[in-house]
Amino acid sequence: MSATSGTAAAEQEQTGAARGPDGVEPPVLEVRDLEVSFPGGRGNAGVTAVRGVSYEVRRGEILGIVGESGSGKSVSSLAAIGLLPDYAQVKGSIRLHGEELLGLDDRTMARKRGHAISMVFQDPLSGLTPVYTVGDQVAEAVRVHNPQISRAAAHKRAVELLTLVGIPDAERRQRSFPHEFSGGMRQRVMIAIAIANDPDVIICDEPTTALDVTIQAQILEVLKAAQRETGAAIVMITHDLGVVAGLVDRVQVMYAGRLVETGTVDDVYYRTRMPYTMGLLGSVPRLDQDEKSPLIPIKGNPPSLTDMPPGCPFAPRCPIAVEACDAGEPPLEQVGGEGHRAACIRAGEIESNSWTAHDVYPVSEIAHDPVSQVPREDRGTVLRVEGLAKHHPLMRGALFKRRVGTVYAVDGLSFDIREGETLGLVGESGCGKSSTLMEILSLDKPQQGTVEVLGKESGRLSNRERFDVRRDVQVVFQDPMSSLDPRMRVFEIIAEPLRTHGYAKDRIRSRVLELMELVGLDGSAVTRSPAEFSGGQRQRIGIARALALEPKLLVLDEPVSALDVSIQAGVINLLEELKARLGLSYLFVAHDLSVVRHIADRVAVMYLGKIVEIGDVQSIYRRPTHPYTKALLSAIPLPDPEKERRREHIVLQGDLPNPADPPSGCRFRTRCQKFAVLSEDDRSACREREPELRHRVEGAADQAAACHYADTEGSR
Amino acid sequence: MSLSAEREATTSEAAAEISGRWSSLAKELLATRRVVIGLAIILGLIAMAWIGPMLSPWGFDERDFTAFRSPPTADHWFGTGNTGRDVFHMTMVGLQKSILIGLCAALFTTVIAALVGAFAGYYLGFTDRALMWVTDLFLVLPQFLILAILYPVLRDQGWLVFVLLLACLMWMVTAKMVRGMTISLKEREYVLAARYMGVSHGRIILRHILPNMSSLLIVDATINVSSAIILETALSYFGFGIQPPDVTLGSLIAEGSRQALAFPWTFWFCTGLLIVLVLAVNLVGDGLRDALDPHSKSRT
Repeated sequence: MSATSGTAAAEQEQTGAARGPDGVEPPVLEVRDLEVSFPGGRGNAGVTAVRGVSYEVRRGEILGIVGESGSGKSVSSLAAIGLLPDYAQVKGSIRLHGEELLGLDDRTMARKRGHAISMVFQDPLSGLTPVYTVGDQVAEAVRVHNPQISRAAAHKRAVELLTLVGIPDAERRQRSFPHEFSGGMRQRVMIAIAIANDPDVIICDEPTTALDVTIQAQILEVLKAAQRETGAAIVMITHDLGVVAGLVDRVQVMYAGRLVETGTVDDVYYRTRMPYTMGLLGSVPRLDQDEKSPLIPIKGNPPSLTDMPPGCPFAPRCPIAVEACDAGEPPLEQVGGEGHRAACIRAGEIESNSWTAHDVYPVSEIAHDPVSQVPREDRGTVLRVEGLAKHHPLMRGALFKRRVGTVYAVDGLSFDIREGETLGLVGESGCGKSSTLMEILSLDKPQQGTVEVLGKESGRLSNRERFDVRRDVQVVFQDPMSSLDPRMRVFEIIAEPLRTHGYAKDRIRSRVLELMELVGLDGSAVTRSPAEFSGGQRQRIGIARALALEPKLLVLDEPVSALDVSIQAGVINLLEELKARLGLSYLFVAHDLSVVRHIADRVAVMYLGKIVEIGDVQSIYRRPTHPYTKALLSAIPLPDPEKERRREHIVLQGDLPNPADPPSGCRFRTRCQKFAVLSEDDRSACREREPELRHRVEGAADQAAACHYADTEGSR
Repeated sequence: MSLSAEREATTSEAAAEISGRWSSLAKELLATRRVVIGLAIILGLIAMAWIGPMLSPWGFDERDFTAFRSPPTADHWFGTGNTGRDVFHMTMVGLQKSILIGLCAALFTTVIAALVGAFAGYYLGFTDRALMWVTDLFLVLPQFLILAILYPVLRDQGWLVFVLLLACLMWMVTAKMVRGMTISLKEREYVLAARYMGVSHGRIILRHILPNMSSLLIVDATINVSSAIILETALSYFGFGIQPPDVTLGSLIAEGSRQALAFPWTFWFCTGLLIVLVLAVNLVGDGLRDALDPHSKSRT
């Protein structure tokens, strides 16, 4: 490989530079020129997932490794802990306290794993064995490495560890089984297991990706506490540039199995020298930006690792690529500040011209929607939901089922969407967002309340009318993998709604090709099956299918949350453009508040089946009045290290209460940061009366919150 | 695969042919060697079964009193049986019946199982309870009792009724599996998407749910071919179904197995043909499964 020698040379240079100032302490974990390849077989080409990665972490340091899916970030860390499958070929060197780990047999490695080096995985659901109590599992981690410790002592230590990671009432809860814990709690247990033996290095592989923002904030706090407690070095692997900004000391950006930029957080975020990093930073929707500017998508997809272009792997997607970029892979070279290195031949140019993402990437103007000029009151109503409720009965018993309780999935929801408007429905998982969508889309009579789509009330329609309404309401789902029938070809997928609604055959064909064009895909791809497309392309196919019948209202169920940031930006831009061009209205459900801020005109924040705050985007994001909205906004990490360090996060306590048994009065009071500081007299209102949604702030006509003690002045 | 690679494909080509699901499936099937071989063998067996008896110099009921239990000779290609009947002729006639019974019964079984399971799993509620009740009933009722009761009525109805009867005895377990898979498939987002665009329930089952468990159904159908032939033998043995002097591969095997060591030709030819038939069906099934599976394409 042409790049390896260059990387190695640059590497030595860095080692020298980094040891200079604080020279005394050697790195705890040192990875040199790591190369991991998976040999092919049965007609598959071999894959080189990691191509010459080097890094090192010192005691107490947090290193962030950022990259999109498939960039090799997880594989490189799995190699460090020796968990790659046997057939993987690993080259280079991995040293823990100067001792070479590569080539150690599994038995020796097992003694190190969990003791000197440990790992926190992404998925807390599958990380714990379901048949043992969590206490047993933590105690097991203790006893594996210290067999002389008695069972009782190990359990005592387990309780200590569980308390440390913030499990309330650990003495009792340690006897619970994993399924009795929520996702966040399970991730805490995973962290407890990881720190059980005071490891020197903790590798965290996307530890918060599967969690809600408020829980993510809690887990990040726990990680920081764990680090303080053990003094370990942490390698934080993530795709989220926000998470890294406030947490880590140094960042490394990976692309196509290589490091493309490394340096201190400030260098990488503020003095970016590699166009890929710029693109990544520019493609994240920002919570802290008021005016809407289009996001910067990186066009194309990451290269396939089986078939790499000869030059810079990013060149095909890079807007400033020149011919020299294709000549050979650029080595990681020193640019600007100490330890700041980038693999781009034009890094010097970028530096001297001080280009930013907006200079490098061509920015498309978003067409202005003519409808948005019309005041909201004068526009027609597309969707009106009033007092919508969905209660699931909880049944017990096999032969004679009796009702033992009710899950209040959606409990009295009211909102409306006008023409050409986007309403963002946000909330944590389990708050009833999806149930609301399904209730609206089913067009059946709701249990309580009314749903009116384009003036027609659900449940009062004849079958024929209902079929006609379906034309105007279409849906785009979250998971681009499962929302397209894998057995069908793209043509049939997009043609299905057209066929169902009786379009003529030749009309269908031209319409499908037109739709492919509209969502930015090539018409010739319609004979392929969805499995041959990447996630972002599949989501575009899903959008094309939804647009086939020229609907008026598009319901978007977390349409971008399963996509990588650079791809996500492209899909968001597409949605905005389509909205302006076709005059659509969106009901946009998301848990990511920064995406919602970017795309929505109005926002409704849900908590346990109720809307706690609703209003226009500007008001809600500038001046949230409900404590829950405040906490949500505060929990989102900004991809801006400076701001992130200055910000004070409101970390909510605990998890979402059981929706079958919601707290009396205000449902949020059990976790409310405001309730906690109220006097006993004031609290009784929260306990006894359910706050109603009404206008709390003078001057903000379109903002209502359901809180007895809403903040009426002051900013966040 | 990258976007740029897609762009390279010419647009004119796309405009020219957006072939339908079935024609492209057929094209793909015929391009797979396994399928072609399998189909060729099945066609060959069919040809053999129907043309063979015409070529044979001996009649079906004809006995050669000069050669009892004679090994294969130029006169008797597969030898003769206990009563001097020509084994070749009998085997061919048996093959005819077995191909019909095996293929049709397997097809019917899988279709019944798929429909019952999918409808029960998709609609749940009352439909589910009713259909599953029937399924359980078929499972717990002793099959031979049903047969014994039904047989006098069905005796003279011909082979098609017998095939249906066989199918009725075999579909239950698969139906239960299909129901379980349907329950998980119906929650998939593409099924929801189809529902929300107004596709009718029946069409959703036929177009989305059943194709997505085609691997299971195809494997089930190929296994059923051989088990239908065997089950038919068992039934014949107890006096139901095909009765002597009429023969099937099953009855020939049953008879031949008793003297397989002493007079191997009475056993091996019919058994060999059954194996070849089942193998060929398996080859076709395998290829069909791969052709329908979207993931196997990207690998090749």
